[in-house]
Amino acid sequence: MFYREAGDFKTSYRDDGQTFPIALDRWGYYAIVAVAALVVPFVINDYWASAILLPFLIYAIASIGLNILVGYAGQVSLGTGGFMAVGAYSVYKLMTAFPEISIIAHILLAGGMTALVGMAFGLPSLRIKGFYLAVATLAAQFFLVWLFNKVPWFYNNSASGQINAPERTVLGWAVTGPAATPAAKYLVCLAFVVFAAWIARNLTRGMFGRKWMAIRDMDIAAEIIGVNPLTAKLSAFGVSSFFVGIAGALLFAVYLGAAEVTEAFGINKSFLVLFMVIIGGLGSIFGSFAGAAFLVVLPVFLKNLLVGTFGWPTDLAAHFELMIVGALIIFFLIVEPHGLARLWRLVKEKLRLWPFPH
Amino acid sequence: MDQLLYASEVFINGLMTGVMYSLVALGFVLIYKASGVFNYAQGVMALFAALTLVGIMNGQVPFAHLINAMFGTHLDKFGWTVPAVLAIVLTAGVMVLLAILIEKLVLKHLVGQEPIILFMATIGLAYFLEGLGDVMWGADIKTLDVGLPQGISDTVEQLTDSWFGYGFFIDRLDIWATIIAALLVTALVAFAQYTKQGRAMRAVADDHQAALSVGISLQFIWIMVWSIAGFVALVAGIMWGTKSGVQFSLSLIALKALPVLMLGGFTSIPGAIVGGLIIGVGEKMFEFWIGPMVGGATENWFAYVLALIFLVFRPQGLFGERIIERV
Repeated sequence: MFYREAGDFKTSYRDDGQTFPIALDRWGYYAIVAVAALVVPFVINDYWASAILLPFLIYAIASIGLNILVGYAGQVSLGTGGFMAVGAYSVYKLMTAFPEISIIAHILLAGGMTALVGMAFGLPSLRIKGFYLAVATLAAQFFLVWLFNKVPWFYNNSASGQINAPERTVLGWAVTGPAATPAAKYLVCLAFVVFAAWIARNLTRGMFGRKWMAIRDMDIAAEIIGVNPLTAKLSAFGVSSFFVGIAGALLFAVYLGAAEVTEAFGINKSFLVLFMVIIGGLGSIFGSFAGAAFLVVLPVFLKNLLVGTFGWPTDLAAHFELMIVGALIIFFLIVEPHGLARLWRLVKEKLRLWPFPH
Repeated sequence: MDQLLYASEVFINGLMTGVMYSLVALGFVLIYKASGVFNYAQGVMALFAALTLVGIMNGQVPFAHLINAMFGTHLDKFGWTVPAVLAIVLTAGVMVLLAILIEKLVLKHLVGQEPIILFMATIGLAYFLEGLGDVMWGADIKTLDVGLPQGISDTVEQLTDSWFGYGFFIDRLDIWATIIAALLVTALVAFAQYTKQGRAMRAVADDHQAALSVGISLQFIWIMVWSIAGFVALVAGIMWGTKSGVQFSLSLIALKALPVLMLGGFTSIPGAIVGGLIIGVGEKMFEFWIGPMVGGATENWFAYVLALIFLVFRPQGLFGERIIERV
């Protein structure tokens, strides 16, 4: 069976508009989801979960969120770290205030809370754009981190200023707190990733996505053809922050377990997620996954290579990592501004012609 | 009355801090005017310059940590110290070299890209330089002393004491920073107005293509502008480094230059100065009046929020050129 549309007959509009029009892609996608949901939980161990899989899944949600804002709607945000903190602190307050309600509902509510905050900080985008806006979103980053640091109500007056996730269960399995198994944590994150990707994919190819892209390509022209910039920009901020908030909530409650706001949600988080989006590919859901995977695996790989193989001290390896990430960003912007997603698309184009390219 | 005097002391200290912000902001404006690049790495350039200066002065072996890790040697220092003036000249040389490398390796390949792509490239550059600075000179906090006077100025204290019956505490370093910043700005304005290269620079800022067509080398201008920005970064690095030690937070302080620019307008040198003063005074006064009510440390975000609110009403900043958009 070759990798192409030929022979795969579509008999309805629904079939024609599906996300994976090529049969092989479709089966590949089902296979990946099946393996991720049915095989991985049984073979997962603590190291794989905490070093690679959990951060990958959580950052994938965050970069899907940021990609909607930066890649689809063209509004650059440097406030991702602050918005993730909103998600984390909302879920903490909800978990401690209403322990009887399911954590899943709390995480979704935390996303909603973050969406509201994101829309509030998105208001200036109606007046300013480009890097003016990027700098304006820094206000969100610094103000939110300061707020969570200074107002004791947010961390329930705990003496250390930290927030700690209490144990909560889903269907009888502990997913937060020290008793949670790697498999349970993994499955919760996986469920949210599938949910996020499904929503994002369908939003971006529908009316909302087209409005966002029109605003991105030229906002004045978009306004003239009838796209309302107020609703388009604010909905982009809202949806983006919703996902970013969920990622923040998962990062705190499921992955870290305990968090201190300046350390866990500082400006470096904002840049990390932005880099994932750039390296992965602006305006692509697949790119969000690719970028997240790349930047989660890269430090682990470098650490194993430099510290494990060469025997360098860890601080030196960390500095090298900064240099390599910085150089890679510049490299990608020069060579392939559309990121890994574009390379993937090129591979697919080649595959569709293989083995008879002429 | 006491309250008022105390407030005016805070005001003056705010002015001095503002001058320091202006210093960093100047570097941004220069590069933005000449090449349309919003250089996020300006703060890290200041850090890198300060690290290099300290390294050269102490006679550190560059990349010592790396070489030791790779070859198992125990290099640390050459065993000499370099006088401050010579070290500053050498560091300025390093910054020029850096400017050439940035032009050849990064900017040349990104000509004609959207401003936001260039902006993100400079974020990458910031990460790279931060890592490079640490690998070259080590990440520990260093003290920098190039012989600038420090400590509380006795003269000012006695003078104000005799006038108002209340001595103002003002750091001598801040006074010097103000003088140096004033000199630097004068020199830069004179350079831009009265020299051939300065005119070429302004021509490039006005219109890249028109400048090219009358025979101005864009490459040369860009290297020159980035070198000047590197030099401004060096001066800012010396000031901040002397004040609070050479460490990573230096590059975060430089982030404060961003709201300064948004207030003053990205394209205006006077704007950078005035914006810096407003931010410096504003955040100190806000911390003084409102800070105690909300738990302090408002300096972290005040500048950004002020700029944010300001931008909603006047998107081009105080002195910026009017933004005209066409479809």
